[in-house]
Amino acid sequence: MSHRVIVPIGPYHPLQEEPEFFKLYVEGEKVVDIDIVIGYMHRGIEKLSESKHFDQVSFLVERICGICSNSHPFAYVNAVEDLARISVPERALFIRTIIAELERLHSHLLWLGLAGHFIGYNTVWMWSWKYREPVLDILELITGNRQHYAMMTVGGVRRDIRKEDIPEIKKMTHDLIPVLNMFKGAVMDDPVIHARTRKVGILTKEEAIDYCVVGPTARASGIPIDIRKDDPYGAYDRIDWKIITQEEGDIFAKLVVRVLEMYESIRIIEQCLDKMPEGPIDADVKEIPQGEGIGHIEAPRGECFHYVRSDGTNSPIRHKIRAPSYMNVASNKVAAVGGTISDAAITLAAVDPCYCCTERTAVIDKDSDKKIMNGWDLVRLSQEKTVRLKKGLSK
Amino acid sequence: MKNLFYYTVFPGFLFTVTLGFLSSWLDRKVTARVQWRVGPPLLQPVYDVIKLLGKEIIIPQGAPKFLFLMLPLVGLASAILVSTMNWLSMLDAGSGFVGDWIVVIYLLAVPAIMLILGSFASANPLASVGGSREIKLLLGYELPFVMACLVPVIKAHSIKLGEIIAFQASSGILLSSVSGVAAFIIALLCIQAKLGLVPFDMAEAETEIMAGAYIEFSGAVLAVFKLTKFIMLVASPLFLVVLFMGSEIKSIVGFLFVLLKYILVVVLLVLIRNTNPRVKIDQAVRFFWGPITALAVTAIILAMIGL
Repeated sequence: MSHRVIVPIGPYHPLQEEPEFFKLYVEGEKVVDIDIVIGYMHRGIEKLSESKHFDQVSFLVERICGICSNSHPFAYVNAVEDLARISVPERALFIRTIIAELERLHSHLLWLGLAGHFIGYNTVWMWSWKYREPVLDILELITGNRQHYAMMTVGGVRRDIRKEDIPEIKKMTHDLIPVLNMFKGAVMDDPVIHARTRKVGILTKEEAIDYCVVGPTARASGIPIDIRKDDPYGAYDRIDWKIITQEEGDIFAKLVVRVLEMYESIRIIEQCLDKMPEGPIDADVKEIPQGEGIGHIEAPRGECFHYVRSDGTNSPIRHKIRAPSYMNVASNKVAAVGGTISDAAITLAAVDPCYCCTERTAVIDKDSDKKIMNGWDLVRLSQEKTVRLKKGLSK
Repeated sequence: MKNLFYYTVFPGFLFTVTLGFLSSWLDRKVTARVQWRVGPPLLQPVYDVIKLLGKEIIIPQGAPKFLFLMLPLVGLASAILVSTMNWLSMLDAGSGFVGDWIVVIYLLAVPAIMLILGSFASANPLASVGGSREIKLLLGYELPFVMACLVPVIKAHSIKLGEIIAFQASSGILLSSVSGVAAFIIALLCIQAKLGLVPFDMAEAETEIMAGAYIEFSGAVLAVFKLTKFIMLVASPLFLVVLFMGSEIKSIVGFLFVLLKYILVVVLLVLIRNTNPRVKIDQAVRFFWGPITALAVTAIILAMIGL
């Protein structure tokens, strides 16, 4: 019978520089149970969205997350277009797809680097982020911004891809293929990485279904779900690409899925650039009628879901967002238990959690309809705690 | 008086600390270049230590004060002593005493033991995880390390560092023999673990247990621990240089040559550090007790039959 202690990962921890709290109950090095506490961040995005008009909301949701700064606006405009039955010009669909795939490329490279850092392989971290730079350069070339591209607008895109830029974009994306080959060789064939990631943090197919995981996390457990194929949006149904799945469900499978998906992203971008038709890029939407719409897209981490309801005025009366990490983080409950602390560190990171996307909850008492906690309450709670601590110290 | 100079100025404290700062800079600079970064300026390690010296020392509740403050100093002293003994036996092969080989091996283990004691003295769950990892690691690498260091002893028929160097001066460095190469590789990997470099840095694994064993140390105490690390980065590769490619220092050229060999070993360690992820503690122990110990036994047998 060994002694059970809590090893805290969070609320502030060098593992993930975001407010999250995993209480690892350990016996020696073995993790026997885990408590997942999220919800440290409440920014009231959904409520804010109700006070903006439809065009402004795409800028607002862009700021939910710096990494998925295209996924949220993309899902949002899809929702509004579903609501208002807008048909978007072909060229805009292709441009949207290109931006979305560039975002997937940079997000997966970012994750690859972080995963390297988490298992102490800082060289992979630095190299992967070095090769992420060209992707950001392409995005800057097209949109003018490295992050927060501000490309999505209801009915189309804000900026066109100039004809003279296309060869440059093609060259830069093509140059990523040797880089990916290098990572594939260095990471996927390294025996020490195999030792660290194979048969670690396994999420079986059944567990993946039970926990409703999405995105690469689900695909690594052998579930071929991908919104791009299941409910095509953008130009994904007009080009040839395939869903990457792996059967094992361990960390290595998640790594392989992400690396191989980057190849697919490059394929998609190249085809889009070739097939992109001429024409307008914006449907020039004037009125948003009464009604409700949903938009969901495959963000780099999985399905990003937006629901918008309108009463015919110029701002939504309800806007609901569900980010992929909300589904994925909970699966750590089964994936991280049973391994060691070292395993848990990489397992927790393997779902590529993004808390700033996930959290925008307010607790409401259903009888009185009153908010139990708001931002000011949290400040008050924190002040009360400080007073309490100070009293304890002076004793 | 001469001995006092040896132990405080050259090649003792002052020289070793200077070399320690330089090798720490070398470590960081090479790491940075491998990772496409620029790296720190030459004096960065000095700034780091000076900054830490000026910070507040926090002693956690329930920690034994004397132990908590003294441990790093003991570690530092033994690391400096190892470095001094190595330099002295290269400067003057007759200066050592019979059995200084054994003393060096003991002293090389002291900083790790001090770290273990320090982590348990700090009364923190993360530190105790780090401490228990360090114990397991120490148990793992110490046996193959001693076995690898036995190969030069068998070859030179002496447990005196000066005589091992003299032997290499007369019949070629140890690295020119098969058993010498095998023993050098083993000792290098053990040193990697001794220094707590990736892939064997699980005792302080930043992304898992937040610096683990070091977590409660702050201010000047942490500075001394850092300094110990810097000097271990001098002492342990130097020991390898003495054992496997030792040569007597007779002139400035000879001194620079030894320095070059030392830098080579350090760069080798840094490159291993930058091309591997951190392994788990059970994998590390299995690695040292399995293939590495087997290789060490083979190296000893080879040395006994004269290869």
